[in-house]
Amino acid sequence: MLEHMYFPHDISTFGPQIDRLFLLIFWLVLVVWTAVMITMVVFMIRYRARPGRKAEYIEGNSRLEIIWTTATAAILIVLAFMSRSTWADIKEHGPPGDVFYAVTGKQFNWEFTYPGPDGKLGTKDDIIVENELHVPVNKVVRIDLTSKDVIHSFYLPNMRLRQDAVPGRIIHVWFEATETGQYEIPCSQLCGFGHSGMKGNLTVQSQEDFDKWLKDLYANPPAPPSATEGASPK
Amino acid sequence: MSSTAAVAAHGAHAEPHALGFWRTYIFSEDHKMIGKQFLFMALFMMSIGGLMAMLMRWELAWPETQVPGFGWVPEPFMYEGAIPPNTYNAMFTMHATIMIFFVVMPILVGCFGNFLIPLMIGARDMAFPKLNMLSFWTGAVAGVILLSSFFVTGGPAAAGWTSYAPLSAVPIYTGVDWGQNLWCISIIVLGASSLMGSINYITTIINMRTKGMYFFRLPLTIWSLFITAILLLLALPVLTTAIALLLFDRLGGTHFFLPAGGGEPLLWQHLFWFFGHPEVYIMILPAMGIASEVIATFSRKPIFGYRAMAYAMIAIAGLSWIVWGHHMFVSGMDPVLGSGFMITTMIIGVPSAIKTFNWLGTLYKGNIHYTAAMMNALAFVAMFVIGGMSGIWMACTPVDMYIHDTYFIVAHIHYVLFGGSLFGVFAGITYWYPKMFGRMMNETLGKIHFWITFVSFNCTFFPMHILGMAGHMRRIYNPQQYDFLKPIIPINEFISISAFVLGAAQFLLLANIIWSYFKGAKATENPWYANTLEWTTPSPPPHGNWPGPVPIVYRGPYEYSSPGVAEDYLPQSQLLEHSTGAANKRTH
Repeated sequence: MLEHMYFPHDISTFGPQIDRLFLLIFWLVLVVWTAVMITMVVFMIRYRARPGRKAEYIEGNSRLEIIWTTATAAILIVLAFMSRSTWADIKEHGPPGDVFYAVTGKQFNWEFTYPGPDGKLGTKDDIIVENELHVPVNKVVRIDLTSKDVIHSFYLPNMRLRQDAVPGRIIHVWFEATETGQYEIPCSQLCGFGHSGMKGNLTVQSQEDFDKWLKDLYANPPAPPSATEGASPK
Repeated sequence: MSSTAAVAAHGAHAEPHALGFWRTYIFSEDHKMIGKQFLFMALFMMSIGGLMAMLMRWELAWPETQVPGFGWVPEPFMYEGAIPPNTYNAMFTMHATIMIFFVVMPILVGCFGNFLIPLMIGARDMAFPKLNMLSFWTGAVAGVILLSSFFVTGGPAAAGWTSYAPLSAVPIYTGVDWGQNLWCISIIVLGASSLMGSINYITTIINMRTKGMYFFRLPLTIWSLFITAILLLLALPVLTTAIALLLFDRLGGTHFFLPAGGGEPLLWQHLFWFFGHPEVYIMILPAMGIASEVIATFSRKPIFGYRAMAYAMIAIAGLSWIVWGHHMFVSGMDPVLGSGFMITTMIIGVPSAIKTFNWLGTLYKGNIHYTAAMMNALAFVAMFVIGGMSGIWMACTPVDMYIHDTYFIVAHIHYVLFGGSLFGVFAGITYWYPKMFGRMMNETLGKIHFWITFVSFNCTFFPMHILGMAGHMRRIYNPQQYDFLKPIIPINEFISISAFVLGAAQFLLLANIIWSYFKGAKATENPWYANTLEWTTPSPPPHGNWPGPVPIVYRGPYEYSSPGVAEDYLPQSQLLEHSTGAANKRTH
């Protein structure tokens, strides 16, 4: 909904909630900023120094101080609670998952682990694919996110989703895509000299296309990535 | 204590107290000279930090091409003038480290803190002059250590100024070995310098105020420096500790931040930002104090809500200890904790808003003189409003999930640190230059510098909000590697051209500082008709600050246009014999 403001096209279920909050703050800030700037410029012009003029001796006004303190506090606290409910929807009580993957960051690739034919993650038949994430549309995708070396950040601009991948921790994230298409998965946390350009591809497919792709994957699994690949700084 | 013979013996350089060249200019214990030393060190470091910024801007607009005029830089730092990724990472790391630790802090705290505290509270020097000297020279050593890291194998630190572990904790992850170690050592040494400074400021302000200088008669600049010194005293040791642990991880084989040995990467972030957020206010509070000083003086009006201004700064300082988690909303920290930090972060906006409204109130019905200092101070207010309000998006956790680590954050931090702190610095330098060097700065040149800086600053940093909204990650060296960032290539080019103008404009400031030192008009004792004590002594003040007795204070610092007197100012130290009351009884 914010493409006209340079935002990438939103394709996630919670994206509109985030965009609405962005827009709400945008209007709030625009109104306050305009009011402050108009006041400032008017004062600057009106009260510029002129010969023979003396400033008025005003030390302050307690009532005004109380008014603008409480008004600012009220607006910001209301905003905090509005944000809080969206945050809780996304981070604390998300929907149950339909498909489950593990995602591991490493210098400088994403490893996507798909459950094998047994449909379970963490078993021997899991298949690891580098930099290619395929998901079915309108399905809740749940991901166990971690990293092998340094902190990376799993960033889906079109989903309005970002989560750091921290070594030694498994962090759960979820999203649900509402449109099919090809998108990018940049790393957005500085992770070394190859940070720029570390990205994967996200393919959102219809259930049929996804099933077909998965069948192909099971038939021709890629060779598992070698352990030495990745970091080789000079 | 002066002796003509001694002056003659030491030639033109000698001051009346005749300490000789080394003890007057190099190992000086005079707070005024130490303040100037901090200023010159910071201006020198600013040129290096600025150069890094220019190179980064070239890279972002015209990635992987040769930077004109840089073909001579040896490999592997550059390849025939083209910047490789590791050098780019080193540049933004060093740009931020230099600008934060060796430019903004030394000018605001080191220079203005040292120069102004004794002069504005009516003391002959700092409480501990030797410690003060040691503080500067420790800081200078830290600077040398940091700069030396440019010359070691592997280059300087490249893990960002935030040095997130494990990236910073294991040499193989960045390919930087001694560069990162030297970075750690430099900041630890600087921490010692800043500890010495802050103890000195706090002691001096508490114990050495002249007669009548009650706390609520202190200029707001001194209030801001007092609060800043307390933040420094409490925050810097946390960073020093964290960096010591990091250095142990790098050199001693420990695993404080390394999960392989049971360590915790997020521990670094908690420690770093527990220091880092008070640090943000360390860098803005003194600028707020300076702006209050300059705006009151040139509006010829008392500062609106003096006590509210002081309390707001205390509130900011207090709240700054419980907001650090807003840097970690996407770090993996418990989302419930994120909500708590969101609320505290929203609340810290309140005292900032109070300050803004009070600055506006000060202009109301004033008699505003547009000197170069005043224009910079007003720009400080306008830019701080933008920088402060863009923080609301980041405080909002769901929005932060999208804009975190993008150019939106880069825009925000530069609106606060350049638009805020540096315009405050420009205002302060222009305002107190006559007192520091005994000559006026060139007003015309000052205004030209102001306008070019103001316009090119906004052309540089405002569009960065749009980059961030488009999803442009920070710390990537080639945005053109991403399809979704293709539409914003022209914005990156526009920003870079503006940045070059902004960088070049700073030579005008430098030229003005140097030219005025030799050719500026001689400054009188009180060229701005200001009230505070530093304007009651010759420019520049002699050793010991006042040739006669130290002035006694009878009123608050901002009695401009008082109805009790004919002039539009009333110095703090002026005793009114036949006052009708208003002017003398006021204690603020």
